[in-house]
Amino acid sequence: MTEVIVVTSGKGGVGKTTTSASLSCGLARRGKKVAVIDFDIGLRNLDLIMGCERRVVYDFVNVIQGDCTLKQALIKDKRIETLYVLAASQTRDKDALSSEGVRRVLDELTADGFDYVICDSPAGIEKGAHLAMYFADRAVVVVNPEVSSVRDSDRILGLLASKTQRAEQGNGGVKEHLLLTRYSPKRVATGEMMSVNDVKEILGLDVIGVVPESSDVLSASNAGVPVILNDTSDASRAYDDAVARLLGESLPLRFIDEPKKGFFARMFGG
Amino acid sequence: MGLLALFRRNPPTANVAKERLRIIVAQERSARGGPDYLPLLRRELLEVIKKYVNVDPEAVVVNLEREDGHEVLELSVALPGAKAT
Repeated sequence: MTEVIVVTSGKGGVGKTTTSASLSCGLARRGKKVAVIDFDIGLRNLDLIMGCERRVVYDFVNVIQGDCTLKQALIKDKRIETLYVLAASQTRDKDALSSEGVRRVLDELTADGFDYVICDSPAGIEKGAHLAMYFADRAVVVVNPEVSSVRDSDRILGLLASKTQRAEQGNGGVKEHLLLTRYSPKRVATGEMMSVNDVKEILGLDVIGVVPESSDVLSASNAGVPVILNDTSDASRAYDDAVARLLGESLPLRFIDEPKKGFFARMFGG
Repeated sequence: MGLLALFRRNPPTANVAKERLRIIVAQERSARGGPDYLPLLRRELLEVIKKYVNVDPEAVVVNLEREDGHEVLELSVALPGAKAT
């Protein structure tokens, strides 16, 4: 059975692509067969974050328009055996994606025995975002603990509850999860930033992960190696926990409290 | 940066953010799922009422409620000086 997971947020720049890349790597690393699809038509970026930008020959729109087969367009990851990337098209024609076309691609991935399809949604609530969520079984809503991001994600929750296949069929709807990124325990402790519980309370969702603000995220995107693969990073551990929770494990949240500082660190550290 | 800046902290504003979000999210959720014409209907009703009585824009509340099988459009206008529905 293939599970389709949309990674969405409404607001741009909160970490959807970083999250899509890390979740798909994490799932594949645990032996699942995973395809990650960039739905941001016109603004292809997932390939860069995954580090396969020079291997893109065919893209999502090529498959939908029948210029190539799905097999030809799927880029096999060089690090993880069971991971495949489908790049977004660079076309300016936003209508190049069609609901029928997306359904065909998802059906073919299901027939090919994929366990998970991760749909990396574009920002906004336009067609690309709509199609990325339409066929989803689950949604990972990426949120920064900041007012505009929280409000936009609530808009997205409204769309998930009405404009998706599962909502229309009335079979329980899309299962929604909250993933906080750029979380700063230190600023939460001083009351400058909303806490996990604040955001959870406002949106009324269960939390699948909290990724701390980390310089490793930029380094990872610079290098084209999803941050989850940097085992020494807290961000990597936080993403790996989120993957475990997606797979049904129940783990306590980490990295939400300020690390205790020793005397010297308090005196001299930043 | 002066020496004093070392001791200056950003003011704690997370509570303000949470409170503002709680209100706006609740408001937007209640409007959700209703027909798209409700905001326009509200504005036009307000225009009409204003021709006769000087009311506060906040005093007009338009609600659509679903009760098993039928919908009720509820209009509530608080007139200045007296409360009326």
